[in-house]
Amino acid sequence: MTTLTSGPAVAVVPPLPSPPVILLDGVVKSFGTNRALDDLRLTVPGGQITVLLGPNGAGKTTAIRTITGAFTPEAGTVRVFGLDPAVDGEEVRSRCGVVSAKPALYDRLSGLDNLRYSAELYGLGRGSVVDARIVEAAARFGIEGALNDQVGGYSTGMKTRLALSRSVLHRPELLLYDEPTSGLDPESSLAVLELIREMTTDGSTVVMCTHLLLEAEGLADQVVVLQDGANLVDGSPDELTRRYWPDAMVRLGADDLAALDALERAPGVVGYERTDGTAVLRLDAPERVPDLVFALTAAGARVTRVEPHEPTLEDLYFAVRETAGRSRLGRVDGSSV
Amino acid sequence: MATATTTFARDRGVRTLRWGNVWTVARTDLKQLAQARDYWIPMLILGSIFFVFVPTVLLFTITQLGNVDAVSQLSQALEVLPERAQAAIQGDTEQARAGYALAVYLFAPVAVVVPITISTAVGAATIVGERERGTGEFLAHSPAGIREIFLGKLLASLLPGYATTIVGFGIYSLIVNTIVGPDVGGWFFPTSQWWVLMLWVVPPFLALTLSLVLRLSAKVKSTAAAQQASALVSLPLIMVAYSQATGSLYGGNALAWYVGAIAWVLAGVALWRGVRAVTRGRLLGVADER
Repeated sequence: MTTLTSGPAVAVVPPLPSPPVILLDGVVKSFGTNRALDDLRLTVPGGQITVLLGPNGAGKTTAIRTITGAFTPEAGTVRVFGLDPAVDGEEVRSRCGVVSAKPALYDRLSGLDNLRYSAELYGLGRGSVVDARIVEAAARFGIEGALNDQVGGYSTGMKTRLALSRSVLHRPELLLYDEPTSGLDPESSLAVLELIREMTTDGSTVVMCTHLLLEAEGLADQVVVLQDGANLVDGSPDELTRRYWPDAMVRLGADDLAALDALERAPGVVGYERTDGTAVLRLDAPERVPDLVFALTAAGARVTRVEPHEPTLEDLYFAVRETAGRSRLGRVDGSSV
Repeated sequence: MATATTTFARDRGVRTLRWGNVWTVARTDLKQLAQARDYWIPMLILGSIFFVFVPTVLLFTITQLGNVDAVSQLSQALEVLPERAQAAIQGDTEQARAGYALAVYLFAPVAVVVPITISTAVGAATIVGERERGTGEFLAHSPAGIREIFLGKLLASLLPGYATTIVGFGIYSLIVNTIVGPDVGGWFFPTSQWWVLMLWVVPPFLALTLSLVLRLSAKVKSTAAAQQASALVSLPLIMVAYSQATGSLYGGNALAWYVGAIAWVLAGVALWRGVRAVTRGRLLGVADER
């Protein structure tokens, strides 16, 4: 029997933050005269979905390829699981699962043979145990029924599902998805995104590249906006929203546009933007909303809409890029003075 | 933390050569090749023409039909052979001697032309094909080493050509012994020089050609360009291999061993340089990623 005794007071030490799964610091990578990554800094925490956002040519794919060690940077530090992929590439790659924009499958082989090929290269070997694991991985993405068919006959959606199955077959800790819904119809895209979301439930870390903002909406734990190979901004969507829109926001609609526009000068309104019959107002405090509604009705307007305005990822993305554009312009102007 | 400051990282991080991976890459490529009837049917026809059709017609014409003109022309041609080769020719009649010489000396180039042609056709598309189909992305991100991928693809290119040649050689032996054998006192083929040629001289020439072809395949932008460039490389090599193969048959076993040894050394150098030409960047289609 254990007796509980009071001992000396022990200070409660908060758990140390776990080291990031991916750390890129000052990474530079060029192709000829084109600098694909330009002093890229990126930290990806474990067990979360990090979405790399950016237009075509922003450096998203090059970043993924640098993480796996397929590309070696000219300068900077790359650490994945604390390892340098240029030195420990084999170990890094064996702990990663990658899906690229093109599913990278062998059309002349069956789905089963494609997955067997991967299983062997990732060190799982061959045999009935591996085959069972292949079927399990395929079933996770609903493609197990087509495993014996030649991949050349698959639809784009089926190919993506098979590529996703292949990426999880060896149970990697880090999943790198480069525009995995490229070429898929909206329904299939949604299904694939749902599957990606599920993957973090078993502790996997996901990095997903996309230029489709709607895809990242609701999926990303962390957003990284890339432009010209550099990290413009990163953080959780909530954190970034607070950073770019620190004020409370409300969307108001009214049939009297003059009364609506008059709210721009109302107390507590720090920002006003109207599109057609509705306006988005930035307020110094959310408590201002009843006063604004009252002001509208007092002016004889019929209020058609009152709702809190949550900026979307799209709003955030364009705000980030607009700010980046302004600061670049500022630098140019500054240098010319 | 150490800082990566070089673009010359070949394939650091993959320390040992795992033959299991080499064989996995080769087997998968061969499996795909087996599915491509548009590729292997013409190659089968090529092997049949060189190893079955042409020898059968020529040897049958000379030995069975007794085509006097052909025999006398061939007998004159035999006089240009080295004395050692002439002395080795068996048979009591002009027909028998002509048939023996044709079978043993004049078809030697076939043993070189067929495997190099077939293997070059496979090898030219192998790496650039991965890039064109987008499957290079899978290999580039996989834990397989570049040396393993290169050697796997080399094996997958070498085996169809060499296997066709070995099978063709077997059939050719049967044909030769059936048609010419009765005139020269029984089964005589393969001679010892042919064994050395097939097992010692042809494989390094094949490996040498394929190392160069795979190197080209890694560097060019399209399969069509790879095939053009491969033809330019393989034609002179076929000519060199042709002359060396023939010479080794004329010159006896010792010369054949020397020719083979030199070819093996050259193949080793070409292989080493070939491996260095393949990078993960090139599998991804990035030209200046070294």
